[in-house]
Amino acid sequence: MRWIALVPAGTTIDFIGKRYWSLGLSILLTVVSLVSIAVQGFNYGIDFKGGVLMEVKMAQAPNLADLRTKLDSLNLGEISLQEFGAPDDILIRVQTQEESSKEEARVIDAVKGVIGDGVDFRRTEFVGPKVGKELVQNGFLAMLFSLLGISVYVWFRFEWQFGVGALVSTIHDIVTTVGLFSLFHLEFSLTTVAAVLTIAGYSVNDTVVIYDRIRENMRKYKKMPITELINRSNNETLARSVITHLTTLLAVLSLLFFGGEVIRGFSIAMVWGIFVGTYSSVFVAVPVLVYLNLRPESASPPGSDPAAAKEAA
Amino acid sequence: MLQFSTFKILLIAALCFLGVALAAPNLLSRETAESLPSWIPHKQISLGLDLQGGSHLLMEVDTKSVIKDTLNTLVDDVRNELRKEQIGYLNLGTQGDTVTFKLTDPSRNDDVRAIIRKLNSQLDITVDNGQFTLKLSEQGLRDLAKRTIDQSIEILNRRVDETGTREPTIQREGEARILIQLPGVKDPEHVKSILGKTAKLTFHLVDPTASPEDAQAGHVPPGDVLLPGADAKNGRGGQSFYVVEKRVMVSGERLTDAQASFDQGRPDVSFRFDTAGGKKFGDVTKDNVNRQLAIVLDGKVISAPRINEPILGGSGIITGSFTTEETNDLALLLRAGALPAPLSVLEERSVGPSLGEDSIRAGKIAAGVGFVLVVGFMALVYGFFGLIADIALLLNLVLLLGALSLLQATLTLPGIAGIVLTMGMAVDANVLIYERIREEVHGGRTPFSAISTGFERAFATIVDSNLTTFIAGAMLYIFGSGPVKGFAVTLTLGLITTLFTAVMVTRLMVATWLRRTRPKALPI
Repeated sequence: MRWIALVPAGTTIDFIGKRYWSLGLSILLTVVSLVSIAVQGFNYGIDFKGGVLMEVKMAQAPNLADLRTKLDSLNLGEISLQEFGAPDDILIRVQTQEESSKEEARVIDAVKGVIGDGVDFRRTEFVGPKVGKELVQNGFLAMLFSLLGISVYVWFRFEWQFGVGALVSTIHDIVTTVGLFSLFHLEFSLTTVAAVLTIAGYSVNDTVVIYDRIRENMRKYKKMPITELINRSNNETLARSVITHLTTLLAVLSLLFFGGEVIRGFSIAMVWGIFVGTYSSVFVAVPVLVYLNLRPESASPPGSDPAAAKEAA
Repeated sequence: MLQFSTFKILLIAALCFLGVALAAPNLLSRETAESLPSWIPHKQISLGLDLQGGSHLLMEVDTKSVIKDTLNTLVDDVRNELRKEQIGYLNLGTQGDTVTFKLTDPSRNDDVRAIIRKLNSQLDITVDNGQFTLKLSEQGLRDLAKRTIDQSIEILNRRVDETGTREPTIQREGEARILIQLPGVKDPEHVKSILGKTAKLTFHLVDPTASPEDAQAGHVPPGDVLLPGADAKNGRGGQSFYVVEKRVMVSGERLTDAQASFDQGRPDVSFRFDTAGGKKFGDVTKDNVNRQLAIVLDGKVISAPRINEPILGGSGIITGSFTTEETNDLALLLRAGALPAPLSVLEERSVGPSLGEDSIRAGKIAAGVGFVLVVGFMALVYGFFGLIADIALLLNLVLLLGALSLLQATLTLPGIAGIVLTMGMAVDANVLIYERIREEVHGGRTPFSAISTGFERAFATIVDSNLTTFIAGAMLYIFGSGPVKGFAVTLTLGLITTLFTAVMVTRLMVATWLRRTRPKALPI
């Protein structure tokens, strides 16, 4: 007797029957992402590119074109200006080549000279090329080890097919999320990496719930064809999936609308991540099991340690 | 699954109470919280620099310059010793990171080796047919770097103390880096300029026979050095170049005090030497009346006043075309002492107080709205059981705040995002349990058995699914830095508190309700 029934009990949607469609869509998303990454790369924030970033709150909205001309005349290298949440809030990015306090101070002084007094310097960030390189490296390592850690954990707790499924769907999520950032020129920064990893964790979280049910059903219905068994598991976990994704989406939407400009990139990535994570659990992680010839007979008996069962086999 | 021993109930209640008690100080003002007696939990969550405003600086110590200085000193020492012992040598000098020279009489090899050992015990000495090559040993290099960084940190501490920053953090990071965190700094540029200055003060005699013009053309007399004037570049007049003797007459290490002062309305800096320095300064000024004494700071001549009479009192005045702020800074730097090596900024992140406040406000609103939406949604979907999940969620947040306070973890803006995200994901455990109970009810089980089985079967799934997020969070914590680390902290702590509240607390509440009402059907 629930107050609102989002998902009627006993749905029988044929998820696996649509796997060719979803396979096409997944490949399309992945290819578009990869092409975009290869062709136009990323709009790296200063975390990775290095340089100086200043957020300035002016007394009134400035004429951006005017300000740009003035800043360009300083010959500081590549300068970009951007409104940040409000017309009087300006983000100034300056690319620097040298790593020295002198260079940084020179840039900041010069910009301050142009902008003048009576403004609020809300934020000043400087990342030298050396640190930028380390941050890129660490971001990459974090993604790699998360990917490995998650796959190994799933492989250890389930059968190897599940581990591969988790790996493939996590790669799918990571590639399409960073692809989104490349495609729409969204700033790629440290918080983006945080978002990507959270999406990976969140997506596998969802995958594991369905996998758990598949494993349970494999023990219960030993003679059921695998596609039917997987469809059944998907339908049984559907209500849970819908409700959980909705609560997470509510939380993330409140971040997007009220969390402020500073974490907007993170919030956008998370909204996307909820959709792609949900999609990939049902339409990537699970169909992979079919392609990998998972058979109900290969399920270990309930209660036994899957790792031990694997060794015995 | 629904039997709770009295002990277990007490334990759960105690943990919840502890969480509330640990989180409670955050409701108080900082002053009130600090004045609480020590046996009451009084720690508050520490806000990251992105929320409270302040500066994060990662600086690198140029240890190479110290090695160079050490080698140059070694050359001087070797020259002096060999001359004293009347041992002939050729081509003494530095080459890369080594000191090399050749003895004219190779039979003195062993004597020279002993002399050098006495000068510096941490050298690798190779001798080939009278040709000496001296190199700092691995251990020597390590010790030198450590000494340099320790000294730098000490000097930086003194400088930061003088600027009156509350609760600064200054610590070594990796091989040759220093991490400086200055909460609440109003003018980060100013503080950075003070911290970054080497502030090496030396007094040199100006060479009256050499002209700066000739020297600029490349004719610097031996024993002299051409130095730029500090003021010329600022467009305040003054000589643009000076030719001064290389020899340091007195150095800033001998200063005991320095204060900003005024002379005839013009800002200057008065200083005082220790006894040895004062005597040296007195001797120099006595012997060189009418000559110019250059005051050199970090390789630039501040001014070069003429010595009108011997200065014997051990104190003096540095004049120049200063502003009041500059004399304050210079006095501060001279009091705190010089850095042993130049520092360069590798990374800076400074947030002004206005952005920090805006971020806190935005974070609070996002968290509040997120909470209301999730709580309302759960109540709509699950009714009574939704309310139980909501109570668990509230408790979850309180425990999370309590854990953050206890661990003194730093809360950053991404950290707040992690909390909001935790709210959305935490109820997943409840959803898994409730959906499972529903299935069991549909499968024809009695309320008691459905709930018991539901909790049992959902538990493994909850652990498995949360562990994967935990892995991603742990990797972020290990490889992340700054605000992102703050996100990893709240996300992973949130997973742990979720396991406790969603599984233990929800189960206790549901079990209690079951025993009290003994329902025929479940409102789920």
